[in-house]
Amino acid sequence: MTPEAPPLTARRRATCRGVLPGFGLSLGYTLTYLGVLVLLPLGALVLRASSLGPAGILRAATEERALAAYGLSFGAALVAALVNALFGTLVAWVLIRYPFPGRKLVDAIVDLPFALPTAVAGIALTAVYAPTGWLGAPLAGLGIEVAFTRVGVVFALVFVGLPFVVRTVQPVLEALDPHVEEASAVLGATRLQTFRAVIFPELWPAMLTGFALAFARGVGEYGSVVFISGNMPHRTEIAPLLIVTKLEQYDYDGATAIATVMLGVSFLALLGINAAQRLARRART
Amino acid sequence: MSVEGIALVKHFGGEGEVAAVRGVSFQAPAGRITSLLGPSGSGKSTLLRMVAGLEKPDAGTVHIDGRDVTRIPVREREVGFVFQSYALFRHMTVADNVAFGLRIRKRPKDAIAKKVSALLDLVQLGEYGHRLPDELSGGQRQRIALARALATEPRVLLLDEPFGALDTKVRVELREWLLRLHEELPVTTLLVTHDQEEAFELSEHVVLLDAGTVAQAGSPTEIYERPANPFVAAFVGGANKLAGDRDAFVRPQDVGVRKAHGEDGDHVAIVERLVRIGGYVKLSVAMKDGHTITVQMPKHEFDERGIERGDRVLVDLRDVKTFPRGDYAI
Repeated sequence: MTPEAPPLTARRRATCRGVLPGFGLSLGYTLTYLGVLVLLPLGALVLRASSLGPAGILRAATEERALAAYGLSFGAALVAALVNALFGTLVAWVLIRYPFPGRKLVDAIVDLPFALPTAVAGIALTAVYAPTGWLGAPLAGLGIEVAFTRVGVVFALVFVGLPFVVRTVQPVLEALDPHVEEASAVLGATRLQTFRAVIFPELWPAMLTGFALAFARGVGEYGSVVFISGNMPHRTEIAPLLIVTKLEQYDYDGATAIATVMLGVSFLALLGINAAQRLARRART
Repeated sequence: MSVEGIALVKHFGGEGEVAAVRGVSFQAPAGRITSLLGPSGSGKSTLLRMVAGLEKPDAGTVHIDGRDVTRIPVREREVGFVFQSYALFRHMTVADNVAFGLRIRKRPKDAIAKKVSALLDLVQLGEYGHRLPDELSGGQRQRIALARALATEPRVLLLDEPFGALDTKVRVELREWLLRLHEELPVTTLLVTHDQEEAFELSEHVVLLDAGTVAQAGSPTEIYERPANPFVAAFVGGANKLAGDRDAFVRPQDVGVRKAHGEDGDHVAIVERLVRIGGYVKLSVAMKDGHTITVQMPKHEFDERGIERGDRVLVDLRDVKTFPRGDYAI
């Protein structure tokens, strides 16, 4: 280092400070904000549940009906997120790669599940997939029941989760240099080889992010599911609905116990997905 | 392994930056570097992409080593292609990038490893095999792209403005490096460039394109000394267009000036501007007829004459290329 180096870095630090409010202020604001908006309610939830005592929580949280609800909520969210990771990527691909009339419109339609009140989505899906609906009737003819079954729950979660994958994969696809694919073709790769070896490795971290977001949304989804699932305890009852049911029966302790389990499992699942993403990123560098 | 294009035509419907090709025939001799030179929009890249098979010609044929390859798909054409944007696979190490074509061809592992390390040595990046492309400089990346293209031992090497994204110093260095590499490994090469200096330095055969047609093809000397038409005369060497009833051009370095001492006539001009650029001086002189021409002369020569801004000078046009007017549309 030359003798002039220290004043230079000091000056640079000074100019950096001018762009955003100081580190202390912004960090303090962030922590307070997160604390009041996110941690405080969650803390209250855990506190409320803990008043039951460990045995009480365990009993309330592991009753058979609750276990079935967790299974459905997490299982359906997982399946729906997987389906979305696949088909959402396909939608993003089509939107980026092929100019077709009405592309802007389709692009806008993708966001509808974001904006639509979920209850509306639920009613619409139920109407379409009910045994007498447009798609429900022919499907019923094939022996497939969608509405009021677990399949229906997955359908609803696919619907609400789609934009998450499309919107995370789309910018990555857009940023891909088309020459990279051409280079692969010139080197002798088939289209499938090019996709597998050149495009997919660039894409899958974004797909994983989209998957995580769709999964998280699916776990917490309530409005669109309650109409199509039929809410039969032990069979098509999702955990959020069970919580609402318990609340309506003034069983606040039972509701918070289940909520705490949901919170814990969701947190663990997201942590796991984050770790996978970090691994993916490390594999690239 | 010569390359030949016969009456190639390519039109693009609608908008887009890609230039059309309107009937181009050219030849690239085996084992040599041939340049496709021209301004942007002249169709040179489109032409190269048709040779590679990345673009399908509307009409005309491409022959490699006498064989018609027009209908052969890209991946079977056995060409190497280097893009201006490098187009390296970002998630693969440098070595994996170079090995890509060999892996696709399912060569044995040890043969691939040997070939890759030989190629990395050839492009003087033997130590960089485990790096990722993002960790290399532009010049290094382009050398990797070249190694990757050479790995499959292509019959023809196609370079699309390979040095276009690099700064001047690296560009000049890489040019010399490419020449030495080509001496070592004389693959038939087609180079697309808009830089005439690059084309003249690197290739023995130049195809000069203008608006999708061949303006002139020949050796750099032929094109420089005997431009076939006004477009070539104006494009090569940054020539001045002169006034008169014929199309006449003169290059800045083919104009001499000395101080006028009371003389008068058509060849007297006023120095409007002078700029010293390293070893030479650039002057703008206003002629009697209202034209301004650019003059370029070595610094020492200029200093001897003691010319200053605003001086009256005598202009000596040493090498004027003239063309009958109206023969060519520019």
